[in-house]
Amino acid sequence: MAIKIADQIQCAHCGEPCTTGKIDFNNKTFCCEGCRMVYEIINENGLCNYYDLNANPGITQRIRVREDKFAFLADENIASRLISFKNDQQTHVIFSIPQMHCSSCLYLLENLHRINKGVISSRVNFPEKTIEIFFDHSVLSLQSLAALLTSVGYEPYISLKDISSEKKKGDQNLIYQLGVAGFCFSNIMLMSFPEYLGVDAGEEQIRSVFRWANLLLSLPVFFYAAWPFYESSWKSLRHRFLNIDAPIALAVIITFVRSVWEVVSGTGGGYFDSMSGIVFFMLVGRVLQNRTFRQLSFERDYRSYFPVAVTVIEDGKQQSCLLPDLKVQDTILIHNEELIPVDGWIIKGNALIDYSFVTGESLPVEKRPGEMVYAGGRQTGGNIQLKVMKEVNQGYLTSLWNREHTAEEEKNRSFVHAVSRYFTMVVFGIALAAGVYWQFNDPSKIWISVTAVFIVACPCALLLSNSFTNGHILRILGRNGLYLRSSQVIEDIASVNHIVLDKTGTLTSSGQQNVSYEGEPLSRQTMRNIAALAACSNHPLSKSIVQYLGQAGDVQADGFKEVAGKGIEGYVNDTWIRLDAGSAEERETNKTTTVFLYIENRKLGCFYFTNQYRRFIPRLLKQLISRNKVSVISGDTAAEKERLHSMTGGKAALFFKQMPDDKLSYIQQQQEKGDHVMMIGDGLNDGAALLQSSVGLAVSDQSNNFTPASDGIIEAAQLERLPDFIQLCRNNRKIVTASFIMSVIYNVAGLYFAVQGVLSPLIAAILMPSSSLSIILLTYLSSYISARRMRLAF
Amino acid sequence: MSVIIILLFASITVAGLFLAAFLWSAKSGQFDDDYAPPSRILFDDNTNLKPKQ
Repeated sequence: MAIKIADQIQCAHCGEPCTTGKIDFNNKTFCCEGCRMVYEIINENGLCNYYDLNANPGITQRIRVREDKFAFLADENIASRLISFKNDQQTHVIFSIPQMHCSSCLYLLENLHRINKGVISSRVNFPEKTIEIFFDHSVLSLQSLAALLTSVGYEPYISLKDISSEKKKGDQNLIYQLGVAGFCFSNIMLMSFPEYLGVDAGEEQIRSVFRWANLLLSLPVFFYAAWPFYESSWKSLRHRFLNIDAPIALAVIITFVRSVWEVVSGTGGGYFDSMSGIVFFMLVGRVLQNRTFRQLSFERDYRSYFPVAVTVIEDGKQQSCLLPDLKVQDTILIHNEELIPVDGWIIKGNALIDYSFVTGESLPVEKRPGEMVYAGGRQTGGNIQLKVMKEVNQGYLTSLWNREHTAEEEKNRSFVHAVSRYFTMVVFGIALAAGVYWQFNDPSKIWISVTAVFIVACPCALLLSNSFTNGHILRILGRNGLYLRSSQVIEDIASVNHIVLDKTGTLTSSGQQNVSYEGEPLSRQTMRNIAALAACSNHPLSKSIVQYLGQAGDVQADGFKEVAGKGIEGYVNDTWIRLDAGSAEERETNKTTTVFLYIENRKLGCFYFTNQYRRFIPRLLKQLISRNKVSVISGDTAAEKERLHSMTGGKAALFFKQMPDDKLSYIQQQQEKGDHVMMIGDGLNDGAALLQSSVGLAVSDQSNNFTPASDGIIEAAQLERLPDFIQLCRNNRKIVTASFIMSVIYNVAGLYFAVQGVLSPLIAAILMPSSSLSIILLTYLSSYISARRMRLAF
Repeated sequence: MSVIIILLFASITVAGLFLAAFLWSAKSGQFDDDYAPPSRILFDDNTNLKPKQ
C-alpha cells in the first residue's frame, strides 16, 4: 500500500495534496474550487499576508458549506441568543471557530473589516478559539456575517448547547488566589529572617512587630487563598471519602492555629512561612493543570452533533425552527450533507443516508419515500422531506446516549488517593504515638509535638509531585496531539492492557476508498467517458471512480439512469456504458466491494474498492500487539477481514457488523475478564463503548468538532505515536513514585524533629520550600527527559 | 530601631502595589490569551496592499 505523497503538489491554500480536479489560478495550484474561491476573496482584499505568515494555512474546502445553512440566524429569536450586545449602530456577537490554529487565522479573522465594510472590528481569543465581532447591523445581517466567515474558510460553529447553556466559568479566582498567596508568602519569608537568625534580647520590640506583621499577612492566605482546599475537602468529607486535599486543609488549619497561639502568647514566631508556602506551591500546581484543560470541551452530548435549527415546511412555506421546538408530524426539509436530527419517515425525495456516524458502516444506505430513517444519519445527494415521528429527545440516538450516561460508573480511584489515605493514617498514628509518649514523660510537650507532626507531615510534597508530573505529562501529550480529559486518565492509560480499535474512521481515513481496476486495459478516451458517466452520480463509489480515473472533462452523459442499489448507466460520446454494482447476493459473497464495467453490453472488467488505511496502521498494529491484547471491532461488513488478518499477523481478535450495542457489550465482557480496556473510535456509534472502557479515546480528523464524549481526543495523524503515549503515561507513574519517595525522606527528616518537640521554625522553613522546590524540579526534569527520549515535542 | 519598622512598611506597601498591579492585569484579561497578542504585534498595518497577480 505505498502511497505517494512526496511528488504530489500541495494546495496553496490548505496544503492537502492536489489529486483530481486541481485548479491552477494566479500561478498557484489549488486542490478544489472551494480553496480557490477563498484565495480569490483573500487576494482581492489585499490580505495575502495570510499566505506569507504560514505555509498553507487554510482549511480544506473540499466539502462546501451549503449556502443557506445559516438561514436560521435570520430568526430574531435565535439570533438574540447569540448576540451579546446590541444598540442602534452596532451589534456584538461571539462565534466559536474551532478551525483556527495559527497566526494566519488570527490575521485574517482580525482583518474582516477589510473584506466587508459592515464589520467594524473583530477580536480573537485564541485559547478559547472564539472571535468577538462588532458589526453594523444596518449593513450586514448576522446571517451574512456567518456566511462571510464561511466564505473565507472559517465556518462558525453554532450548536444548540452554545445557545441554551450558560457561559463557562473561568479559573480567574484561582489566579487571584495565587497572586495573593505569592505576595504573602514572599513577604512572610522576608519578615521571618529575624526569627531564623535569632534576635538579641534587646530587640524584643522589633521581633514582636515582625511576628504580628506575619500574622496579619497570613490572614489573606488562610481565609482567601487556601479556600479551594477547604472547599474540595469539605465536599469529599460530605461524600464520606477522604481525598488528598483533606490532609492539606487539616495541616493548614493546624499550622495556622498553632502559629496564632504562639504569637499571641509570645512563645514563638509560628510557622506562617511554611503555611503560606504550602498554599502557594499547591496553587501553582492547580493553575498549571487548569490551563491545560481550558480549550477543550469533553462534555459533548448528542445536542452538539445536531444542527441548531431545521427547515420546517408549513403550508408550502419554509421556516426555520429550533430543534427542541420540533413537533411530531411536522414536515422538515433535509438538505444535502445535513444530519438528520429526528427519527421520521421520508415523504419526498430519494435518500442516500450515510450512517457511518451511527453504525460505522462506511457505505451509505438507500431509502425511498415511505421508509423510515433514524436520527444521526447524514443525507448525501438531493434534498428530502421527512415527517417527524418522534421528538428529538426520544429518538434512537438520543436513547443510546442517555443509556450511556447511566452506564458510566465511577472509575477506579487513583493511585495517589489510595496512597494519601494510607499516608493520613500513618500520620495520625505517629501523632498519637508522640502524644502518648509525651503524656508519660513531659506533658508540656504534647501540644508542641503533636501539632509539629501535622505541620511537617503534610502530604503536600506528595500532592505536588503528583499534580506537577501530571501537569507536565498532560502538556506534553497535548503538544503532540493527544488531549486528555483529566490527569486521572494518565493513570488509566498506564494500566491499559487491551486495546480495542474501531475500523472505519480510526484505522481507515474517513470517506476515502482505494480503487483498483482489473480487466481489459482502458484507453484514455474510455477512461474519460466512464468518468463522465460516474460524475453524474452522487454515490460515493461513483465519486471514487471519478477520482481514480481523473477528470471527467467536458463530455456529457446522455440518458443517464441511476438504479438505486444496482448501478448507473448512460451514453457518453454515443457509447453505452454501464457500471453495475452486482446483485445483493453477489455483494454478500464478494470479499471486497466490486463494481462491474460494461461497455456496449460487454463486460470489460471491474473496479475493486478497499478501505484506505492510514499509512502507519500496519506498523502501529504491530507495535500495539507486541505489548497488549488488541481487538478490531467494526460496524462494517467482513470485506476487510483478510487484510486486517494479515496486518495483525492473526494475533488480534476481529469483529465485523457490530452494532453500537455489540461494541458496548464486547467491552463489558472484556472488563469482566479483568482487562483494562482502551477503546479508540471516532463516531457516535462508538460513543457507548468509549464511555464504558477504562480509557476512551476519540479520533478526530483535523480540528473537527465531531468527537463523541470521551476521556481523550487524539488527532488522527498522531495515532501512530500511540505506543509512545502509552509508554509516557507508564513513565508518569515511575516519576510520581520517585518523587513520592523523595517526599517521604523529607517527611521522615521533619518528623524526627517534630516528635521530639524540637521543630524550630528554621528547620520547618528550610524543609518545606526546599522539598517543594526540589520535587517540582525533579518532576520537570524527568518528564522532560522521558519526552525527549521518545522524541515527543516538549 | 523604628527605622527598620518604617522600612518594613514601606517595602510591604511597594509589594502591595505590585500585587494590585498583578490583580488588575489578571482581571483585564492579560493572561487569558498568550498567543494572539505576540502574533498581533507582528502584523503589518499596511492596508494598501494590492492583489497579487
